[in-house]
Amino acid sequence: MTTQMFGAPIRRKEDPRLLTGGGRYLDDLGQHALAAAFVRSPHAHARITDIDVTDAVDVGGIVAIYTWEDLPGKVAEPLPLLIPHPTLTHGRTGYALARDEVNHVGEPVVMVVATDRYLAEDACQRIRVDYELLPVVVGIENARDGAHLVHEDAPGNVAAHMVQETGDVEAALATAPHTLTLDLAIERSACMPMEGKGVYARWNDEDGELRIYSSTQTSTGVRAAVAAKLELPLAKVECIAPDVGGGFGVKIMHPWPEEVLVPWAARLLKREVKWAEDRREHFISSAHERGQLQKVTVGFDDEGRVLGLDVKFWHDNGAYTPYGIIVPIITSTQLLGPYKPGAYRCEFWSLYTNTVLVTPYRGAGRPQGVFAMERTMDAIADYLDLDRAEVRSRNFILPEEMPYDHGLLFQDGRPLKYDSGDFPASLDKLKKLVGWDDFEAYRAEAEAEGRKVGLGIGCYVEGTGVGPYEGGHITIETSGRVNVATGLTTQGQGHQTAFAQIVAQELGVPIEDVHVTTGDTRKMPYAVGTFASRAAVMSGNAIALATRNVKAKALRIAADALEVSEDDLEIVDGVVQVKGAPTTSMPLGTVAVLSNPLRYAFDDAAKAATQFAGTFDPDKPPVADDEEPGLEGRDFYSPTQATFANGMHAAIVETDPVTAEIRILRYCVIHDCGTMINPMIVEGQVHGGVAQGVGGALYERMAYDESGQLLNASFMDFLMPYASEVPHIEADHLETPSPLNPLGIKGAGEAGCIPVSAVIASAIEDAEGFPITSMPISPVELWELRQRHETGELPSLRHHHGQHQTAAAPSRDQEPTA
Amino acid sequence: MTDMTTEQLLDVTVNVNGVPRTASVPARRLLSDFLRHDLQLTGTHVGCEHGVCGACTVLVDGKPMRSCLMFAVTAQDHRVTTVEGLCDAPDARPCATGERMNPVQQAFAECHGLQCGFCTPGFLTTVTAYLEENPAPTQDEAREAISGNLCRCTGYQNIVKSVLRAAEIRTERLGEDGGEAGYAAAPAARHTSSSANGGERA
Ligand code: FES
Ligand code: FES
Repeated sequence: MTTQMFGAPIRRKEDPRLLTGGGRYLDDLGQHALAAAFVRSPHAHARITDIDVTDAVDVGGIVAIYTWEDLPGKVAEPLPLLIPHPTLTHGRTGYALARDEVNHVGEPVVMVVATDRYLAEDACQRIRVDYELLPVVVGIENARDGAHLVHEDAPGNVAAHMVQETGDVEAALATAPHTLTLDLAIERSACMPMEGKGVYARWNDEDGELRIYSSTQTSTGVRAAVAAKLELPLAKVECIAPDVGGGFGVKIMHPWPEEVLVPWAARLLKREVKWAEDRREHFISSAHERGQLQKVTVGFDDEGRVLGLDVKFWHDNGAYTPYGIIVPIITSTQLLGPYKPGAYRCEFWSLYTNTVLVTPYRGAGRPQGVFAMERTMDAIADYLDLDRAEVRSRNFILPEEMPYDHGLLFQDGRPLKYDSGDFPASLDKLKKLVGWDDFEAYRAEAEAEGRKVGLGIGCYVEGTGVGPYEGGHITIETSGRVNVATGLTTQGQGHQTAFAQIVAQELGVPIEDVHVTTGDTRKMPYAVGTFASRAAVMSGNAIALATRNVKAKALRIAADALEVSEDDLEIVDGVVQVKGAPTTSMPLGTVAVLSNPLRYAFDDAAKAATQFAGTFDPDKPPVADDEEPGLEGRDFYSPTQATFANGMHAAIVETDPVTAEIRILRYCVIHDCGTMINPMIVEGQVHGGVAQGVGGALYERMAYDESGQLLNASFMDFLMPYASEVPHIEADHLETPSPLNPLGIKGAGEAGCIPVSAVIASAIEDAEGFPITSMPISPVELWELRQRHETGELPSLRHHHGQHQTAAAPSRDQEPTA
Repeated sequence: MTDMTTEQLLDVTVNVNGVPRTASVPARRLLSDFLRHDLQLTGTHVGCEHGVCGACTVLVDGKPMRSCLMFAVTAQDHRVTTVEGLCDAPDARPCATGERMNPVQQAFAECHGLQCGFCTPGFLTTVTAYLEENPAPTQDEAREAISGNLCRCTGYQNIVKSVLRAAEIRTERLGEDGGEAGYAAAPAARHTSSSANGGERA
């Protein structure tokens, strides 16, 4: 048997290259390409009255300047609305260059192409655009009150209004022994990959062909979108995602204006053109996410069991909706987590504001949903004076209830049906890891030292690996080299290693012989993209199926050549051999030679496959009727539904009694993503997710002023965590294989960040003794909450266990309605 | 109006990775752009262009500097080491796939200290210089040492481990001269559930 590869913490194959300066990121390519730069709107909402480029044309090195007026045909039409939905009744998208109105600061208005980026930016500074200012809508409250409109033809600023319901919520709430209502808020953050976006296009005029490199999460998507915009046959366009310096969601959105304009200009100018986004551009013209206001009403019994849950929320979708309403749909469905909600109704409004558009950021609506649900669980526990973990476990869906159908539609339009998971086991592991039952003793100790500590918890379920499909393609060369291609892209997930592990294991070859290519439409033109924690599930399984095909073919050919039965053969270390008699054998490379009968001998291996070499049956064609030449296999994996991963986090925080500084003392993670291909990589994904979650809980927010200016559009002002801000993460895993796919895999990419805001809010609330309803939270905000709490404006928790509570203050409870 | 076509070019010579390299550039050319685009040493990355993220960190006369905050002309006649140059360090060793890696590079590979790899060159140069001064850091010191560099992928857990492991490899290699460092499909140094026991109790 070849060394166990699947499930082992194999070191990454991509690392020696990336560690020695050998990475090839977008801006490393096209060193002699022309450079594009953009004049972007300085206003959040305005009409363009005049554009004057006269001063710019004199700048040396300027090749071209374009405004909307210069754009032909489909390039001048609005960008596509990628994911339509029946409830998205007022979907709007922008233009590649603003036509006559701008709807957020940063919207591209003029494109300059020059011999060098410095010169292109010089020219941008000399272009004068006159604007007539329009009223600006910033913030969900302002969008909701509808006094001013972002788009004149979208009344109330409502892009979409959607309701999903199972059971009779009104009745459930009316008859529930207790009800509570919570008003909650989450602010905007953003993916902020260390590498911004970028596009580099080469037009080959002789062949009429376009090659696009894009720092994207979907090269097939960009290819199709650009071909449509430029009205080119798909066959004349190829798109390659080179090394990509992080994505986290923002690069699944496409086509970005620049992805259309750069290839268009390259074709028009018959020159290579490149644009690499700078950090300010990324802040003001890429996408953000998370901003929501929520209202939760829950009815429950004396044991804390939820009987009815009524959720309303208002989602800030920014200026346009090119990615549809995926984010709020996910919030509304994934909010349910590992729980049975009784009757459930979720109603949301997706609202326009004059801010950067909103598309998925790692977690994609789940952090907000989990925040709503977990705050609710804590509120129930406090109301009934029950242990918070106990309330959760009383509401869990049990393993024997799987598969569990919530009776709702998920983001892929398919039933929200959990395939597997063992939530009680996860909770048990988490409680042990964090020392849940010993916490009160620890709190007492800390209090004796004058310290304030709190314990928080949060649980989530994550639908991962959504369809429609991914593919895998394997070829084995006569040298024994195994080439693997899948169409989705890589932004640091270690696909070259994880997918190679699958192939090495399935085929029985050394991992060193396996070479994986992702995100290159020349190698695999059928693909969807990397999002929704789907790469391992989708491409992993597709590659496994393709490997099984190629292996079957190899065994067929070898069985014929060795004159044995296929069933007696195995492949070990790249050699096909008879089980128990390994001297009767043939290297896979030789099988590859035999698979491809040749006329010409270009090397020794080829010589063996030529028509005069060896014996053959003159009555059979060189390639059998139902075979194809070559040792090659291809297959696709297309599941009927998503597979559901889950996890639970707990944290201990300390809040400074004087300065209100918040410190995470411990952070514990239990994570179940089914079978793991490479636990080292999975754990790395969890670490990175938690760090982004910590950023979202304590530091990161997009600070827009009322005129729609983003005040903190730099790394100086937008506080992304450094190593000093991220706690030591203690992680442990549970492996509940998914019954849905051959490898038992569930996705892992987003998990780490999903419950963090909920967990930290829970822990701060536990430390302070009053409700935390809005995240992120800074020391200043916590300090202000303390002031309001002291004056009695902010009620205490009913049953807080710390000593700092104000006794007998009224709770947030609405008195029982029944 | 200034006629930009006549922007004055200066011959700038910088000793990069032990080799004097010259290019004609305008006075405003950033050192990061000079390295990346004029010398085509694209291992140095630019994440923010304003001195905050550390991705562009190179060693100038052995000291970590943000190359996005320096003009190429300022580096005239100085010694600059980029990530590519770390591979030529005396304590670099070839790995199984052929690349030469210094102890820090080797440690990042062993400890899964990188994901997308974009921030990584800045960490490698920073940590290489740090270990020169502090060859045996504690965990807290290791964390402190990397606290000026942003990484959006790893959550820093494995970077801290990498710093500690790099110190070990560095010490191991101090005594020897040459030889092949292991890099293959070997299990990673430290991984997964082990950390469940590794957390310090608050
Ligand atoms: S690019 Fe120089 S510090 Fe960020
Ligand atoms: S590895 Fe991606 S930013 Fe650090």
